Amino acid sequence: MESIPVEHGLILAAILFSIGLIGVLTRRNIVFVLMSLEIMLNAGGLAFIVGASRWGHAEGQIMFLMILTLAAAEVAVGLGLIIQMFRRYKTVDINVLSEMKG
Amino acid sequence: MQDLIWLLPTYPVLGFFVLVLTAGRLPKNIVAIIGAGSVGLSFFTAVIIATQFLSSGENYFIKEVWTWMAVGNFSPGFNFYLDGLSLVMMLVITGVGFLIHLYATGYMADDPSYSRFFSYMNLFVAAMLMLVLGDNLVVLYLGWEGVGLCSYLLIGFWYINPDNGYAARKAFVVTRVGDTAMALGLFLLFTELDTLNIQDMLYAAESEWEVGNDLAVAAALLLLGGAVGKSAQLPLQTWLPDAMAGPTPISALIHAATMVTAGVYLIARTHILFELAPSVQELVGWVGLITLLMAGFIALTQSDIKRILAFSTMSQIGYMFLALGVGAWSAGIFHLMTHAFFKALLFLASGTVILSLHHEQNIFKMGALRQKLPVSFFSFLIGSLALTAFPYTSGYFSKDEILIAAHGLEGPGIIFFYGGVLGAFLTGIYTFRLFFIVFFGDSNAAHPPEKEYGGWNMNGPLILLMILSLVGGFIAVPLDPVFGHHEEHHVSGLLHGFMIAVPLVGIAISFLFFYTKTFSVEKLMSNTFAQTLHKFWNNGWGFDWLYDRFIVFPFLWLARINRADIVDGFYTLIVEISRTANVMIVKTQTGYLRWYALSIAAGLLLLITIGVLL
Amino acid sequence: MIALFYIAAIIAVIATVAVILQTNIVHGLLYLILSLLAVAVIFYVLGAPFAAVLEAIVYAGAIMVLFLFVIMMLNLGQHTRDQERSWLTPRGWIVPSLLAAVLLGQLVNVMSQIDHELIPAQIGVMEVSALLFGPYVLAVELASILLLAGLVAAYHLAKTK
Repeated sequence: MESIPVEHGLILAAILFSIGLIGVLTRRNIVFVLMSLEIMLNAGGLAFIVGASRWGHAEGQIMFLMILTLAAAEVAVGLGLIIQMFRRYKTVDINVLSEMKG
Repeated sequence: MQDLIWLLPTYPVLGFFVLVLTAGRLPKNIVAIIGAGSVGLSFFTAVIIATQFLSSGENYFIKEVWTWMAVGNFSPGFNFYLDGLSLVMMLVITGVGFLIHLYATGYMADDPSYSRFFSYMNLFVAAMLMLVLGDNLVVLYLGWEGVGLCSYLLIGFWYINPDNGYAARKAFVVTRVGDTAMALGLFLLFTELDTLNIQDMLYAAESEWEVGNDLAVAAALLLLGGAVGKSAQLPLQTWLPDAMAGPTPISALIHAATMVTAGVYLIARTHILFELAPSVQELVGWVGLITLLMAGFIALTQSDIKRILAFSTMSQIGYMFLALGVGAWSAGIFHLMTHAFFKALLFLASGTVILSLHHEQNIFKMGALRQKLPVSFFSFLIGSLALTAFPYTSGYFSKDEILIAAHGLEGPGIIFFYGGVLGAFLTGIYTFRLFFIVFFGDSNAAHPPEKEYGGWNMNGPLILLMILSLVGGFIAVPLDPVFGHHEEHHVSGLLHGFMIAVPLVGIAISFLFFYTKTFSVEKLMSNTFAQTLHKFWNNGWGFDWLYDRFIVFPFLWLARINRADIVDGFYTLIVEISRTANVMIVKTQTGYLRWYALSIAAGLLLLITIGVLL
Repeated sequence: MIALFYIAAIIAVIATVAVILQTNIVHGLLYLILSLLAVAVIFYVLGAPFAAVLEAIVYAGAIMVLFLFVIMMLNLGQHTRDQERSWLTPRGWIVPSLLAAVLLGQLVNVMSQIDHELIPAQIGVMEVSALLFGPYVLAVELASILLLAGLVAAYHLAKTK
């Protein structure tokens, strides 16, 4: 069976993570922000899976499962917040939420 | 019954709280009942306790009330200690205090701040009792500062007039100088002897230090500092004449009968310490002698009736210090008691005079008041006789004891003796100068009195104090167990006769100058030297001038150049830096989610960079 | 198999970039699903079939459907698309991209120091499950509590007043 360099898997994860970060920092639509966040989480999961394959252990996959659970819970809460926000401000622009200004 | 000793300060404290918390909403007669009644109850209790104590034959009695605080092995108790000395003080404070309270119910009747007055008075009595009954130096110090506070509040009682506020401040600050010395003395005693209980401390001092030990000298000196501050002795005497700004009953209670004698009490209480430091004890005598002579000369020149009495008080406390200085502890305390009687009497009577003359205090605007004010006249007569130690009045016995003890002392004793006699001579002159000018001669009053001011509540205390001033000398004070029995000193009959005669000569001189006008004061005052001397004495030997020049003005100057507060600038700088940092950091809190995310990412980047580089 | 890995990787990257560039939110979501499915393929190639299946079902399936529901609820139309376009100014991209590029550079720099060949070995459901319900059973419990908390929170937040 052919082999894949470990760093390629990890670099892929890093690329996805960076793209997700750009999304979080750039987008003003809160739904996109949440989606970018999902991308970043998924990139983290990918890194764990690569690690699991590298060492031939199942623990990496278990960590991925944990991330999956986390992502699910986070999306549920995040979307709830988005609905709340939309109800209150009639917009999805996160810049509206700047009342915590010092 | 002796267990009830804690009730003594409790009654006045309760009175204080009731009067303070009702804040003048109570009608005046109820205020009078609470104010005077609480002290009366204290006196009643004190009498019962005193009889029990004296009949029990015990030398002392300790009532532990509670432990004040416990820090490591430092646990001063809030305990009361009763022996002959505190017994005498307790009875004087509650007894004379009650009479003065009673008098004040009449004296202050027209004052709008009636309730405030009695609340302060009650607080004062409570603090004073705390001072004399406390069994350790912490309780004593609590009372000490408490009476100082009350003195301040009462001198400035009529605070509308800024002069009164100034006098109050002066009294407070000057006594504070002494109090600071005393506090240092207490610290020294505590660190060296490891106890604050007065009796334990004295016992430890006696067993650990030999006579003349440096530490004993230092401690005694510091305590003496506190005593001269409170008792208005040289060099901290300047506040007492100004303290007469307060209402007259205050002058009677605080600035004549009780508080100013606290210094005498302190020294008597710690007399073992002073016996271990003979040099300081001698200094006490010198302080007393110089003060009594100085105050006597000043009193000759004063024209304000209360100031004369104030200087006379200073002079009499000088006698008490003299007694302490020659080791005649009992005589000093005895004089304290008799002085409390006749000086309270004189002050209260002067209060009646002042009120009857519509707040006139200048003796040269009085005169011929003998028939108009009979009660005051007799009060002044008896009080003055007692003050000048006329034979068989109360002052005679106590002053006699002091002078005889002084005579018995070797070394400076003979100076103390003749100085004391000279003081008695001056006392005779200035006392009867006041008496003759006020009650005889022609009336110079701007508003001649129609009738004598005051009802039974003012005249009653005067009459009782008259009796006490007359027979107070026959009271046997139970002080021997406290001070140990001292050998009886005797002087020859001739010398004794001389001692008795000198004040009488003083009285006679007064009589010739101010009653028959055989000699003229104007002629005496005609040359410039006499005028200068008069001015000098009238200004209290220039002490105020001296202190103003060397302490007050430099201090004010320092305060002025330091108006911007140089030291504070440093702290302001810290505040400014914090505030600037705050403003800058606040700017980072934009409220934008993306900004926060960016910060997190930048931080992450920074951490990774550091991780990679290291 | 190696070819599959690289093809899937390229698809994942392109799809992900498309997600963050989209102005139409539904399109963005569809690209995201594509990206996730590509990652699922990578998981499979890396010998984690269980993870791959879960990625497809839970991520690309359940979670994304949830997103879709919310987007439908919000009912964002043409107006939002125009708004998106106005929000996405080129200037807004500069700083995040720069930051992400530096981060990526550092990560790549670190990772390229690892020089190890990876021979994908199949780790099936059995091994994962044995571990999950063996030593990691506590983590499973915690995860279930987390999900419950998320459920309660989402219910509470989305409730009308």
